Amino acid sequence: MRGMWAFIHKLGSPPWFFGFSGTLVRWLLPVTVLLLAVGAYWGLLVAPPDFRQGNSYRIIYIHVPAAVVALAGYYVMAIAGAISLIWRIKMADVAMRAAAPVGAVLTAVALVTGAIWGKPTWGAWWVWDARITSMLILLFLYLGVVALFEAYENKTAAAKACAVLTLVGTVNIPIIYKSVDWWYSLHQPASLKFTGESAIDASMLYPLLVMIGAFYLLFAMSMLLNMRAELLWQHRNAHWLRQRLDVS
Amino acid sequence: MPSVDRPSLSLLTAFGRQFRRHGQALMASLTDVANPLLFFFMVVTLFPLGLGPDPQQLASMAPGILWVVALLASLMVSARMFASDFEDGSLEQMALASHPLSVLALGEVAAHWLATGCLLAVVSPLFAMMLGLPSQGLGVLVLSLLLGTLCLTLIGAVGSALTVSIRRGGLLLSLLIIPLNVPVLIFGTAAVTEAVMGRDPSTWLTLMGALAAGMLALAPLAMGAALRISLDS
Repeated sequence: MRGMWAFIHKLGSPPWFFGFSGTLVRWLLPVTVLLLAVGAYWGLLVAPPDFRQGNSYRIIYIHVPAAVVALAGYYVMAIAGAISLIWRIKMADVAMRAAAPVGAVLTAVALVTGAIWGKPTWGAWWVWDARITSMLILLFLYLGVVALFEAYENKTAAAKACAVLTLVGTVNIPIIYKSVDWWYSLHQPASLKFTGESAIDASMLYPLLVMIGAFYLLFAMSMLLNMRAELLWQHRNAHWLRQRLDVS
Repeated sequence: MPSVDRPSLSLLTAFGRQFRRHGQALMASLTDVANPLLFFFMVVTLFPLGLGPDPQQLASMAPGILWVVALLASLMVSARMFASDFEDGSLEQMALASHPLSVLALGEVAAHWLATGCLLAVVSPLFAMMLGLPSQGLGVLVLSLLLGTLCLTLIGAVGSALTVSIRRGGLLLSLLIIPLNVPVLIFGTAAVTEAVMGRDPSTWLTLMGALAAGMLALAPLAMGAALRISLDS
């Protein structure tokens, strides 16, 4: 227990975190690349084609992991925001700021791959489906956080403002999702349900799980790299950093 | 016993004075009250011009049109909600006062809602009739707008508090609060549509009421925190 608290305290120290994250990235990088390669090969080449959709379904190996991690990313951001507001830990600000653009990009990837899949399957790039609309709103929420951070001159205030905005968004996300669900069922469009709730076969599921794992690692790694870049900038004149980087 | 921090006014009196001060300021410049209504009127006029004058089509789209325009009008007025207080320094005095900033800010927001959202809800049947909304939807339109503009004003106040120190924060404000306004729009349009169809709209109205009650409890906290951040920046 004491060890855990000591570890958490150390996370709050920029010099210690800079060293620790460096080691972590060195280990994460090969694992992420390996998982991405294995998952992509398995999903795109080995897994059997779908009974009805043929090969076009294979885009789920990018689409689903991106969507899953994009959603989780908002909660990472919200937790970092709460930590920053409650305990005033500067590293939490850096973490929140680092998660936002990664989450926004993943949301955009999920939307674009969904559109590419939708064209041959549904015959339209875009349909106003409940889940698609919710993802679009999530993209706006992410972009709002990024834009608010950029708009403040004072970056300490920017981080705090973003933390408040993220928490307000977190309270609202379940309401937004539920309301968009109701909105969709209220306006029942003609026929969209292409694939029913058919259970996914193990031969297709396992590569998907590998890809989801790979995307989580990719998110973590991008976030760590963003945080390191931010630390380099914030402490560009600090003694410890100059020592660490061997510049005089 | 030192009583340095003991406020001389009760919380309710402080709230009331904030309400009256902001209300008087709004009344003093009538344009702040009249402009949102004019905006609402003009944007409603644009829809028949864009969609064509077919009464049936307009009537079927009227709930959506009226709600979207109400949302835009509230967006427009939210931008200036705390601006004058920030510029003339009264926001700093509010922050220094011994009463919680969230309650004082809520006093202003209440005055603001009464002068914009509430007024807009009351006159909305006029515009609804111009669009040919069937008369059985009018009562629900007013009721849903009363509850809905309260939600929109509270969300707008949080957004306004976050962006008040930023120069040209208007566009940013819309990016921040439009996604948060989605449930209000959905519930409001659904309530009016149900009423027009002759069905019971109470599900949507109660949902909207719940939303308004929840926001009334939580939004002031976010507002207070956001205003302090804006003052520190």
